[in-house]
Amino acid sequence: MIRPTLKGQRLAALFLLGFLLFNYPLLSLFSSYTRIWGIPLVYLYIFLAWAAVIALMALVIERREH
Amino acid sequence: MLSGALIVVLSFAYVGLLFAIAYWGDKRADAGRSLIANPYIYTLSLAVYCTSWTFYGSVGRAATSGIGFLPIYLGPTLMAALWWYVLLKMVRISKEHRITSIADFIASRYGKSHLLGGLVTVIAVLGIVPYIALQLKAISASFSTILQYPNALVTAAPESLPFLQDNTFYIAMLLAVFTILFGTRHLDASERHEGLVAAIAFESIVKLVAFIAVGVFVTYGMYDGFDDLFGKAAQIPQLDALLVQGGAAGNYSTWASLTVLSMLAIILLPRQFQVAVVENVDERHLNKAIWLFPLYLFAINIFVLPIALGGLMHFPAGSVDADTFVLTLPLSEQKTWLTLLAFIGGLSAATGMVIVETIALSTMVCNDLVMPILLRWKFLRLTERRDLSRLLIAIRRSAIVGVLALGYVYFYLAGEAYALVSIGLISFSAVAQFAPAMLGGLFWKGGTRLGALAGLSAGFLVWLYSLLLPSFAKSGWLPITFLTEGMFGIDLLKPQQLFGLAGLDDISHCLFWSMLANIGLYVTVSLWRRPTAAEHSQANLFVDVLRHVAAGSGPKFWRGSATVADLQTLLGRFIGPHRAAESIAAYARSQGIAGEQLSANAVLVHYVESQIAGAIGSASARDMVASVVDEEPLALDEVMTIIDEASQALAYSRQLEQKSLELEAASKELRDANQRLQELDRLKDDFISTVTHELRTPLTSIRAFSEILSDNPGLDGAQRAKFLGIITRESERLTRLINQVLDLAKIESGAAEWHPGTVDMRELIEDATGALSQIYNTRGIALSVQAPAGLPPVTADRDRIMQVVLNLLANAANFCDKERSAVTISASFSKTSLRVDVTDNGIGISDADQTVVFEKFRQVSDPAAGKPKGSGLGLVISREIIQHHRGRLWVSSKRGQGSTFSFTLPLSPAGT
Repeated sequence: MIRPTLKGQRLAALFLLGFLLFNYPLLSLFSSYTRIWGIPLVYLYIFLAWAAVIALMALVIERREH
Repeated sequence: MLSGALIVVLSFAYVGLLFAIAYWGDKRADAGRSLIANPYIYTLSLAVYCTSWTFYGSVGRAATSGIGFLPIYLGPTLMAALWWYVLLKMVRISKEHRITSIADFIASRYGKSHLLGGLVTVIAVLGIVPYIALQLKAISASFSTILQYPNALVTAAPESLPFLQDNTFYIAMLLAVFTILFGTRHLDASERHEGLVAAIAFESIVKLVAFIAVGVFVTYGMYDGFDDLFGKAAQIPQLDALLVQGGAAGNYSTWASLTVLSMLAIILLPRQFQVAVVENVDERHLNKAIWLFPLYLFAINIFVLPIALGGLMHFPAGSVDADTFVLTLPLSEQKTWLTLLAFIGGLSAATGMVIVETIALSTMVCNDLVMPILLRWKFLRLTERRDLSRLLIAIRRSAIVGVLALGYVYFYLAGEAYALVSIGLISFSAVAQFAPAMLGGLFWKGGTRLGALAGLSAGFLVWLYSLLLPSFAKSGWLPITFLTEGMFGIDLLKPQQLFGLAGLDDISHCLFWSMLANIGLYVTVSLWRRPTAAEHSQANLFVDVLRHVAAGSGPKFWRGSATVADLQTLLGRFIGPHRAAESIAAYARSQGIAGEQLSANAVLVHYVESQIAGAIGSASARDMVASVVDEEPLALDEVMTIIDEASQALAYSRQLEQKSLELEAASKELRDANQRLQELDRLKDDFISTVTHELRTPLTSIRAFSEILSDNPGLDGAQRAKFLGIITRESERLTRLINQVLDLAKIESGAAEWHPGTVDMRELIEDATGALSQIYNTRGIALSVQAPAGLPPVTADRDRIMQVVLNLLANAANFCDKERSAVTISASFSKTSLRVDVTDNGIGISDADQTVVFEKFRQVSDPAAGKPKGSGLGLVISREIIQHHRGRLWVSSKRGQGSTFSFTLPLSPAGT
């Protein structure tokens, strides 16, 4: 049985982080024609942020508490 | 290049493979070696979220709005982070209450309401049918794209084919057969379909592999990696603009509302509820799915934009529908196998959605729409039927066929009006209407049935008016003036600029108004009145589900009596007698009781009800169980007391507090009483010692003078007479003292005899002054009497009152001024009482002594006045007498100005 622990709160914090990263106004900072490695900035930003959020979620879930 | 026959054979072969996998999955489940009991299969089954909308439609949307397709996947990623709170709760509740659909869930939360379940079902069916049509359209479009390539690519034209020659029709029929076979194989309380889930998971792998394969081909086969692809796109200004959010991607409000909409959809879509909640094997699988599912979404989206850009650059502008790029790009490069893989991928995306959605909807239609109505129709005598399980399965199968048929008809009639994504968003907006009732119900105990009904209806109507009807208007089913001029030509009622709200896209516009109406009414109506007992108990079970232990949460709200046989028969009617017997036996085993010793207690009734709920929905199950169980309804206040553990504890501690206060008060009384007793004891001792002392004084003098007389016989006559006089006086004093002590003791103990009669106070005062005139005259004291004629008579013991008056007059004589002594006795009366005052002009009594004079043996001693006279009992006795007559005796005096002793006696009728 899953028990509500610190994990749930960490995940909720990640939700808030993700909501900030994926929305106005942070998103608008990357709205430009700039390219990095040839890839449009906003496209790269969203996918990197997305990957980061997923990685953090995995970290929270899979980390063993001692 | 690709023959139609090959495509048809391939698609049927693919569906055949699904049959095989599902069959295998069911076999494994029956053998107890579940294929799907791991978090990876669970995650893959969740990916039924990705339909042909994702597979074909995202590319189409990316081609027109750049990264605008992404919120639909970012939203679920964000929601996954909240699954720990939201989805876990939903899974736990559904497992405890055997909830099998979202309609059942909401109905159950608000006191097992038929009406609410029915409403949710209607909204779900109306909202989802276009979505199913979308899948069929995608399948149809993929067929015609491949078959007709390179001709007529912009519009595939299914209406040119009669439906009997339309492959989509046959695919739809095949899907119906598949769903019926694996979705309604038998009735099971948990409504889990292992084989089906296995097939869905397999489909998720296929579509992911197919899409990535096409993406890799476009990015690395047709172009030289991302760098090259984006570099070339950048040289075309139109495409370059696509890649800037806020440019072609639309404004941020659209972005945000799509994010919110997809967040809600991922938990509220009937198919998501089916795979995430109903088909969940173990809630621990949720753990991994929280990050694996977003990872799947991430993976399937990486190549969307490259494919879209590749297509836009590869084909001349407008020559190919961007929704078909996934197929047409490999086709145009002559990659036959890749094309077929992409086709199968698209087919798997579409079929997976259709299968799960149809099952979810058919469960809802059967449990929350048809069964409640059929059970209510008394003439069908359904409640008396022995075995309803066949009927239930028949209803579900008809519902599956019905839903698919509706989807097909919608596709056939209106399929061309919209791009894939737009149709899907209409459905998303419909299911988003469940959010307030659902999420509110999970976290807020105050939500009521009426609130949920009002909110849902209002939100649904707004959705209907601002999104569905306009889509009909665009399809030509309604006059287009409805859209451009508003209903009845009223400008404010323009469906997509309601009340003049312009500047939002149609989805954001609908989301705003529908949520305003929905949440607003849900909250307002919920707060309007108290929840009923049923609502309150369900609210507690749902909201606090994570707090209490899994077992035995329901039954505490139940009270009544039933027999095991009745319950088993009832259960048998819905899931078959054989399975019912097994189920009851399993329950007995789980409780560790032999079957025959099983008693129909609350736990068993709850168990049976939840088993039936799996088959016909919680609201109908409630009715069914109530029909065989003699239930005593719980009053609201009873439920409140039972469930509000906090308030219970509070009440308990309050009781304790009160008890301790009472104890404290009691002990204080005891302490006071003890103190009084001690005081009385001390007073008694004092009294005795004083009395003894007072008695000894005259005795001593009598004895002394007697001894003198006996020792000196030769005393002269005058001396002898004097001594004898002293002895006589002291004896008299002794007698008086003893009489008074006895008198007082008698009065105080209540043993005194009273002889009440009518007393004329004027006459009494005259008698008293007459009796004392001798003393007054000899001492030269002036006595004035002011007793007016016409004093009303009082009822009293005349002798006793006389005693009081004499005592007061004697005291006055003793204490009045030596030189110009004067005493006044006056009588007066008021309405209620008669008053007598005795005033002297003596030294007066100080304030402190005024209470002392009424104490026993207390005589106010004054150095100037010399030895006090009297026994010290006179005033005490007088006061006792007056008090016995319900009157009052008091003194008012000032030092040096004399004193007035007054008493009152009540006029009739109180005197005794």
